[in-house]
Amino acid sequence: MDKIPILRMGAFLLVTIQVDLYDRLALNLEADLVQMVNKTNAKGVLIDISAVSIVDSFMGRIIGNIASMSRILDAETVVVGMQPAVAITLIELGLPLKGVHTALDMERGMNFLKTMIDVEADDDDQDAADYDSIAE
Amino acid sequence: MSFNTHKLLQKKKKNILELWMKNQLADEGLREDLISNEELRSQSEELINALVGNLSSENFTDLQSEEWSPVIEILGGIAITRARQGFSPRETGNFVFSLKEALLDVLQQEITDDAMTLFKESLKINRLMDNLSVVTFETFIKGREEVILRQTDEITEISTPVIRVWDGILALPIIGTLDSARTQIVMENLLQEIVETGSSIAILDISGVPAVDSLVAQHLIKTVSATRLMGAECIISGIRPEIAQTVVHLGIDLSNIITKATLASALAYAFKVMRLEVRKAAVVGKF
Repeated sequence: MDKIPILRMGAFLLVTIQVDLYDRLALNLEADLVQMVNKTNAKGVLIDISAVSIVDSFMGRIIGNIASMSRILDAETVVVGMQPAVAITLIELGLPLKGVHTALDMERGMNFLKTMIDVEADDDDQDAADYDSIAE
Repeated sequence: MSFNTHKLLQKKKKNILELWMKNQLADEGLREDLISNEELRSQSEELINALVGNLSSENFTDLQSEEWSPVIEILGGIAITRARQGFSPRETGNFVFSLKEALLDVLQQEITDDAMTLFKESLKINRLMDNLSVVTFETFIKGREEVILRQTDEITEISTPVIRVWDGILALPIIGTLDSARTQIVMENLLQEIVETGSSIAILDISGVPAVDSLVAQHLIKTVSATRLMGAECIISGIRPEIAQTVVHLGIDLSNIITKATLASALAYAFKVMRLEVRKAAVVGKF
């Protein structure tokens, strides 16, 4: 059976969807991805959908679901490379994918995640520093 | 008693053409600026040849029959060309009506002794030519409609240019009302251009939009959301005070869309997001 590979790259997970998704495949991807996020403790997920030319409301919902699930698991999701036709379809279906970050291409998506994670890391440092100062 | 009008007309083809041309040239509505006399003559000759050549006693009044299709085709062709060239309906109508006159004149010259036959045959020709003029008019109007449709297409095409104002910044000035069809075109053009140029910011300038109602606002929001899905940011600029008033009165929520009053401030914001700085150059000697 077809499977969409999930690649690990540092603190991020890369998902490149190279085929048109059908429902079963999308559901499997959803399950695999949350498992993978949990296992690798990833901080960010990049989903490249530049090869996807057809979406329906179900697919739109799955993408939204994946993003929400990853966020609960403390990983930000960025959807990159959406095609114009796909974007228009999602909007017409009334699925603006609120809460999902988007980027034009892989590179920008990666940069976005990096700045995002950096900010979070800085916050953690700050918290640690505060804690240290209180402890002193 | 059988009088063969079609045979007579076939015999008198030359006469008819001459008479018809004379009628047409004498008509004060003659448009020499749109069509040359030679061209008019060849058009007329072609039509007469087809018309007279296809006449027979059976099909005289039955325009549905097969034999008429070449005539109708030629007539349709002439009507469409005339519509494109900008002839008025009256001029196009006169083209066919002057042929009827020519036909009736010839008939009158030939049938001098029998008033009854003349009347009958005239009636037949009348009916035939009336049918033909209806066909001409239908095609003429169809031609005009095609012209109008093409112009509409051209207007929509022209009125939605996507401008690259800076590396990575696109601007799209919208002029005129935004309806669903236009929003679709605007959206497609903008998204396509975003992909092609890899731009991360798009500015939608609506200073040319006369009024914003809830439908237009909805279209704007759709465009902004679609841009966001692509991974670019969309700014709406050029909001006039009256439009701000209507939007708030209508209760439209634009709070999660970046709006700026002018294109300039939108551009300034875009520069800030891209961490670009515009500065006055230090004066170094004379330019």
